[in-house]
Amino acid sequence: MDLPLLWFVAIAVLWTGYLVLEGFDFGVGALLPVLSRDDTDRRVMINSIGPVWDGNEVWLITAIGATFAAFPAWYASMLSGFYLPMLLILLALIGRGVAFEYRGKVDSVLWRRRWDAVIVAGSTIPAFLWGLLFANLVRGLAMGPDHVVTTSVFGLFDGYAVLGGLLTLGLFLLHGAVFLSLKTDGPVRLRARAFAAWAALVVLPLLVAFAGWTQGRSGAPWTLPVAVASVVALALGAGLVRRGREGWAFTSTAVAVGALAVLIFGSLFPEVLPSTTDPANSLTVDNAASAPYTLTVLTWVAAVFLPLVLAYQAWSYWVFRKRVTRAHITPSVH
Amino acid sequence: MALDLARWQFGITTIYHFLFVPLTIGLSVIVASLQTAWHRTGRTEYLRATKFFGKLFLINFAMGVVTGIVQEFQFGMNWSAYSTFVGDVFGAPLAMEALLAFFLESTFIGLWIFGWDKLPRRVHLACIWAAAVGTNLSAYFILAANAWMRHPVGYEVDPVTGRARLTDIVAVLTNDQAWSTYLHVVAAAFVAAGLFVAAVSAYKLWRNREPREHELFRKSMRAGFVVTAVAGALVALSGDHQAKLMAQYEPMKLAGAEALWDDEHGAGFSLFAVGDIQDGRNHVNVQVPGVLAFLATGSVEGDVQGINDIQARYEQVFGPGDYRPNIGVLYWAFRLMMGLGMAGVAVSVVGLWLTRKGRLFPYRWQYPFVIAALPAALVATVFGWVLTEMGRQPWTVVGELLTAHSVSPGVSPTEVAVSLSAFTAIYLVLAVVEAGLLFRYVKAGPAAVMPYPEDDAAEPDTTDDRVPAFVY
Repeated sequence: MDLPLLWFVAIAVLWTGYLVLEGFDFGVGALLPVLSRDDTDRRVMINSIGPVWDGNEVWLITAIGATFAAFPAWYASMLSGFYLPMLLILLALIGRGVAFEYRGKVDSVLWRRRWDAVIVAGSTIPAFLWGLLFANLVRGLAMGPDHVVTTSVFGLFDGYAVLGGLLTLGLFLLHGAVFLSLKTDGPVRLRARAFAAWAALVVLPLLVAFAGWTQGRSGAPWTLPVAVASVVALALGAGLVRRGREGWAFTSTAVAVGALAVLIFGSLFPEVLPSTTDPANSLTVDNAASAPYTLTVLTWVAAVFLPLVLAYQAWSYWVFRKRVTRAHITPSVH
Repeated sequence: MALDLARWQFGITTIYHFLFVPLTIGLSVIVASLQTAWHRTGRTEYLRATKFFGKLFLINFAMGVVTGIVQEFQFGMNWSAYSTFVGDVFGAPLAMEALLAFFLESTFIGLWIFGWDKLPRRVHLACIWAAAVGTNLSAYFILAANAWMRHPVGYEVDPVTGRARLTDIVAVLTNDQAWSTYLHVVAAAFVAAGLFVAAVSAYKLWRNREPREHELFRKSMRAGFVVTAVAGALVALSGDHQAKLMAQYEPMKLAGAEALWDDEHGAGFSLFAVGDIQDGRNHVNVQVPGVLAFLATGSVEGDVQGINDIQARYEQVFGPGDYRPNIGVLYWAFRLMMGLGMAGVAVSVVGLWLTRKGRLFPYRWQYPFVIAALPAALVATVFGWVLTEMGRQPWTVVGELLTAHSVSPGVSPTEVAVSLSAFTAIYLVLAVVEAGLLFRYVKAGPAAVMPYPEDDAAEPDTTDDRVPAFVY
């Protein structure tokens, strides 16, 4: 395997990890008003992701950093080309990060309500926008030979891209609900379970439509089984959560999100940012990549440290493996 | 226009980010040390201090994290031409920072916050140390990347693509600008964090509400002074080294910071100057003879290059153009950095003397000086970055890439205006919220995070650590 290809795979893995992990914490954040009846419920929900959301977000930071290092031209064209949506994502991530940390720090209903609104908006907006942006990557952007994206912000909202956005939003809500059914107990768990079962009826057709469209538009032969696997895993997850098999249900929705990410990157390959102006202007794995020396250095660093990161992140999930319940929530807020 | 707005945005978002970073860097280690002291001695006082300063640390930490995300994206969003040119070299330390430092920091801070009642004490203590190591490690990588812009090493420019290409990662990571800057910045961070602890303690002693806390805050104030005094010495030493590197690699920055217009033998250090930038000379300049030459070269007889002469030399090498940074800003940034920084350290040294042998400050009016020293130190770090970054102009990568050629060509002035306003607005709101929260928790004091027992009986040492005090 040559180095640019290896790093394309590495970046796809980082994004997959990001979408699977932060996917559920976006879902939990967005479902805050839907699945809670009082403040204790909301604290149960937030505490279920409390110890891990920040670590989940570092998958994004690492994916972006690795793209900068391994495919500078891709990093530059993608981030400047998606300027306004990226700005919205940043503002959302700033808001929700602060909100998690600050909402419990003042004992006031108004204070908490405001931060809850920030959590909901800060989780919903990126959940939609990531799907929109990835669909735009697959579809391609107007781009001249200088690799400067000229698609306007309105050009990012065509039917395919909006479908992609709605899909990630729906998928993350479902994934988050299944996570809550697995990680909490009591009323939140029951409501999450019911929500997941119903949400699947909407999300499943969205997934079938988007996966089919993507496969038909630019899929490779090997991505067809991946697309099918994503759909099957989601259907399975919905069925399992209905039967109360929450661990397996979460595994299934994680596989569904992961397979969707693989489908997206598989459809993108060998391009990383296709040009709709002229295919000759496209950024590809080869023409956007850094020189072999940089990629070699990065490979060594990743080979040594990525397993370590995986080990301690897995350990942290293990430490917080117990369900969060209303009984765990101490009445005094500090 | 888009260029100016993008520069303003970079300046505002970076400086804002760096108000929280020094406190995170220093406080992570201080809180870890307090918890270690509790672990070693078992004294409840240390646990109370750990939780109190730990809470303040976390309020600050959250802001450092979320404002840091912007930095990782901004190079691509606003500086795409720069990113394409340097990504091969500059991206590597950034990717390493994310993989080696950010994961460590964020995962273990989560374990620390939520792990009080779930992890064995020893393991829980290790978590805060792991987070502190992550924080300090991340500073190294980002400063190595920044140092490369000021003194590019370990690369060549590919004649075909016109992009920089990494040839030696070891050279990039061991760049003398990188480790020298690291020492300077991290030492300055400890000055700020030490003064944070001292200022908070001074406030509590000044207010004098809770007699049970006198001993705790007297000790923590002195601990803050000690950290600041030791770190202050390191700031001075590394700052001296920085000046010498500046003379060697970025003579224009040094000349600008000193308003030294012409090459000079045995140059003096300017205390106060009024100059004419168009004319390239000073009207008034009060100098201490030989000191600049000594700072820059290690000898009072040394030669220091002046702005007009460097400009002429650069035009020969790089072609016609104005290679002078904003001299007025540099000159005053340099003086404010040193003046405010030294003032902060001086407060600590004097404070140590006045509080020797178990004393408190003899006069109550002395406490506000300690409180004022904290903003002074933070503003000093801000001016340090103004000097570093504005002094590098008109270059992004010295000698290789001009700032004017670094900006994203496809991003319109309107878009940058939108993002600049959005960031500024949200940052202002968050600054108010954060300052309010910090003040609220300082006022509430340690009892708010760890209540005192009802009666005055001696506190048992093992009860409170099972309470999940940090859960959201």
